[in-house]
Parts: sequence; structure tokens; C-alpha cells
Amino acid sequence: MRIGIVCPYSWDVPGGVQFHIRDLAEYFIRLGHEVSVLAPADDDTPLPPYVVSAGRAVPVPYNGSVARLNFGFLSAARVRRWLHDGHFDVVHIHEPTSPSLGLLTCWAASGPIVATFHTSNPRSKAMIAAYAILQAALEKISARIAVSEYARRTLVEHLGGDAVVIPNGVDVDFFAKAEPNPDWQGDTIGFIGRIDEPRKGLPVLMRALPRILAARPQTRLLVAGRGDEEEAVESLPAELRSRVEFLGMVSDEDKARFLRSVDLYVAPNTGGESFGIILVEAMSAGAPVLASDLDAFAQVLDQGAAGELFPNEDSDALADAAVRLLGDPERRAELRERGSAHVRRFDWSTVGADILSVYETVTDGTTAVAAAEDGRAPGLRARFGLARD
Amino acid sequence: MTATLIWIFVALVAIGLYLSWTAGRLDRLHTRIDAARAALDAQLLRRASVAQELATSGVLDPAASIVLYEAAHAARQAEEEQREVAESELSQALRAVFAEHAQVEVVREVPGGEAATHELTEAVRRVPMARRFHNDAVGAARRLREHRKVRWFRLAGHAPVPSSFEMDDEPPAALADRTG
Repeated sequence: MRIGIVCPYSWDVPGGVQFHIRDLAEYFIRLGHEVSVLAPADDDTPLPPYVVSAGRAVPVPYNGSVARLNFGFLSAARVRRWLHDGHFDVVHIHEPTSPSLGLLTCWAASGPIVATFHTSNPRSKAMIAAYAILQAALEKISARIAVSEYARRTLVEHLGGDAVVIPNGVDVDFFAKAEPNPDWQGDTIGFIGRIDEPRKGLPVLMRALPRILAARPQTRLLVAGRGDEEEAVESLPAELRSRVEFLGMVSDEDKARFLRSVDLYVAPNTGGESFGIILVEAMSAGAPVLASDLDAFAQVLDQGAAGELFPNEDSDALADAAVRLLGDPERRAELRERGSAHVRRFDWSTVGADILSVYETVTDGTTAVAAAEDGRAPGLRARFGLARD
Repeated sequence: MTATLIWIFVALVAIGLYLSWTAGRLDRLHTRIDAARAALDAQLLRRASVAQELATSGVLDPAASIVLYEAAHAARQAEEEQREVAESELSQALRAVFAEHAQVEVVREVPGGEAATHELTEAVRRVPMARRFHNDAVGAARRLREHRKVRWFRLAGHAPVPSSFEMDDEPPAALADRTG
């Protein structure tokens, strides 16, 4: 099958959606499919052979922060050329509502289009204003995928229509087979995420730390992720600061080893999560998980059966649960076991097969994807008899 | 005077273009529904065929074979109006037969059983998918058709109002389990 995948975010900036697309593309290539990924990228960044650059993304203020987006005449022309040259059986667009490559592809393509909705942001003002335009573009999507039941619900409420739920994929064995690092073992709590992004919840964990250390003084908190380390420990009494170790940005291998080593993985995120891939990675590595009870997290953790949940932003509850779990090796072993079994459904072998089922379902009754002008849907010019053949 | 006429002309052309664009949108949606319906039909047929094959293979006990054969046969032969009911009954029959993991294991062990189980698992997973995509397209078309501009200018032409396909498509527990 010839598969075209559209990535809305810069390939050179690491992020969940980019990793998802990279793993998905490589999974399909291993199965022998032809895959081409269209992604924004600087012209001088080295790209894997299956990625086609759509030009440099431009930073513009959008939706309350600065987003790097691709739009305008040149990008549209590149999208059209990619569609025309690719002769794809199916095009898979990620994040089609972001005003970037995804939306441009929706405009330009005709034929089987699959779209994955990753975030579950409430509808923005811009989206309400552009609703009619957006709706016309989204109508072309034959199959919608939401990454969680929660993301599906927001999608149904804000845009109407329906979607199938297929979770994000993880290479479970990569994490399950990583070698633990003795430096990171022994009464350790792990946290991975941007330090200076409050929604990742490090401040909640920092507030809980004095209470955890009062009960178990030998505990260490290991933090992997970039951000200002001084600022992160500011709220902590000076004598406790030595119990926090910052590892900075870690490689994929180190992340797996990190998750294999820690005695407890804590995800205190306060919001803005639509899936929670890190929890799946932690469970794959066999780390007992303690997470805030966000909708998305509760779903990934099977409503608390595969990992423990605490009330969002409640650092006392977090501290109590952490102390209890650290002092109860049997409960942790139980969580490890349940997590490892539960996580199989998120393995690429399952997730990839499901996504392929979606492709095959939508291509069953139709022809291949074409750039709209040369497809069978008549363009404006064709409708007035002006099309040139 | 001429200026007013020109403006009226420009406005009329703009409205015409807009209506033509909307008609194109509607046309595209109807094409999408046709494709989705064809895909759904294919999946339903595939499911009924695999079920019927299993029922006649002699792998299942006689009672289960009869129940499954009846339901699969009825689903394949059903008239358009009874289709939703017949397909729902096939779902129920499949759930009744494959309620236990043990039953799936029995089928797996016979020669060719692995392939048959795989086909059935695929089929019961794809039917809900195809149905959701179909109903999503139908919903989008209906929302657009309810719009004033579409009704007043009869942009939908003679195309019948599309209807969604409602059925019970819950897969059997033993086949839907993804932890294995």
C-alpha cells in the first residue's frame, strides 16, 4: 500500500506527535509498505529517507502561544506537488485542525483521507470564526481516529461526527528489555517532563516532597527533562534540595533504563493531556505508576487497575500514596505485573494493525488519493467547463 | 445607475459561486457516503462468510453450529429493511458462541483454525469501524442538507436523504480481548 503521512509540526523539534509519526512510518516500512511523510523542516536538517520537507515552519502567535506553522502559497504548492507525485492509496493527516500542513492537505486532496486527532483542546476562538471553512475541509476526511476516549468525546462535542479510538503506540519490548541502572535504583521516585512547564505538574510533586521525605528520608527524586533546575527546587527547604537529582534531557535509551530502574514513577500532570504516552512507557518498563486522575490518565491506567491515581493537584494525597507504595513492595510488584499485561494493547504490533485496518476499510470502496484538480471531484474550473485536460 | 447594476451583477455572481461550491461539497459528501457504505457492506459480508464457514466446518458443537449458521445465513440473505436486525442478531450469535476463551482455543487448534480465528477477529473489529465511518459521513451530509441555503436552492437535487446504519456491533468478548 502507498501511504502518505502528514506531520503538522517541525520534524527537527522533538514532540509526541512527531515521535508517533516516526514510529508509525517505520512500522509500516518494516511491513513492506511504501511510506512518505510530509513534514515542516529546515532545508539543512538531515531527514530520514522517507521524509519530504514542506519547507520551514514560521513562528506565529496562535491560540495563546507561539506556534510554528506552515501556510501560504508556497506550502500549498508543495503539498499539491507531494500529493501529485506520491500517487497514494491513502493519506493520513495528523492534527487536521491545526492551521498548518494538515488543513492544507485536506483542502488539496481528494480520495481516502484518514485523520488522527491528538489533542483535545477546547475549541479556540479562531476555530469558531473559521468554522465553516474548517468544516468544509474536515468533511473530506473519510475516517477519523481519536487517540483516547476522552479525545473522541471532545471531537464529537466540538466538531460533530464520530471517530474510532486507537491509542498511541509504544515499542513495549524496547522498554521491557532495557538494562536497569544501579545509580537510579533504591527508593527512587522518577519524573520525566519539561521542568518549567507547570502543566507537567513538577510543582505539585515538589510540594509533596517534604511530606514524603519526612516519612522516608532515604527517598530520592530523579527528574529527567529540560528547564531551570534552580527555579524548580526554590519552593523546597534548603536541606531537602540534595534529595532531588536532575538528569537533564535524556536519550531514548536512557529514558528506558531510567523507567526500568525507578521504584515509583509519578505523573502529577495537571491538565492538557489527551493520552499520556509516558505512562504507557513507564508500564512497559515495569515501573509502578502513580498518576493524577485526569480523564486521559485514568483511561490509560484502566481506571486505576494498572496504576494508582490521586486527586489532581492534591499534593498531600500524592505524598500519602507515594509513601504507602514505597513501603509496600508487594503492592508495587502487583502493579508491575498488571501494568506489563495491560500495556500489550498499546504495542505497535496491535496499534499498527488497527491503523492498517482503518486504511483498508476506507480504501475498500474508492480510488487512490489525488490532488483535487486532477481527481474525479470536479474543481471550480471544471464545473464551468474551463478545465484544461 | 450603471454602478448599481454592476454591483448587483457582482453580488449575483458571488452568490452563484458560493452555491456552486456548496453543491460541490454536498456532491463530495454523497460520494463519500457511497464509498463508506460499500466498505461497510464488504465488511458485513466478510463477517457473515467467516461465521458461516466456521458453522459448517464441524469444529463447533452441533448446537453452536446451528445457531451460528442460522444467523449468518439470515444476515447474508436479509432484505435491505431487515438488514440491520439480521446483522445485529449475527453479532449476538457470535457473542453467544465465542463468549469463552476456551471456545476460541478449540477453533485455533484444528488445522486452518488459526487463519479462521484471525479472519473472524479482523471481521468483528472492522465492522464497527466501517459503520462508524459510514455514520460519520451520513451525519456530516445531513447537517449540511439541513442548512437553509441547501433547502431553498434545492442543492441536494434528487439525492435521497442518507440514513445511518444502526446495529448492535459489539464484538465477542473472547475475540475483542487485546491483552493476549
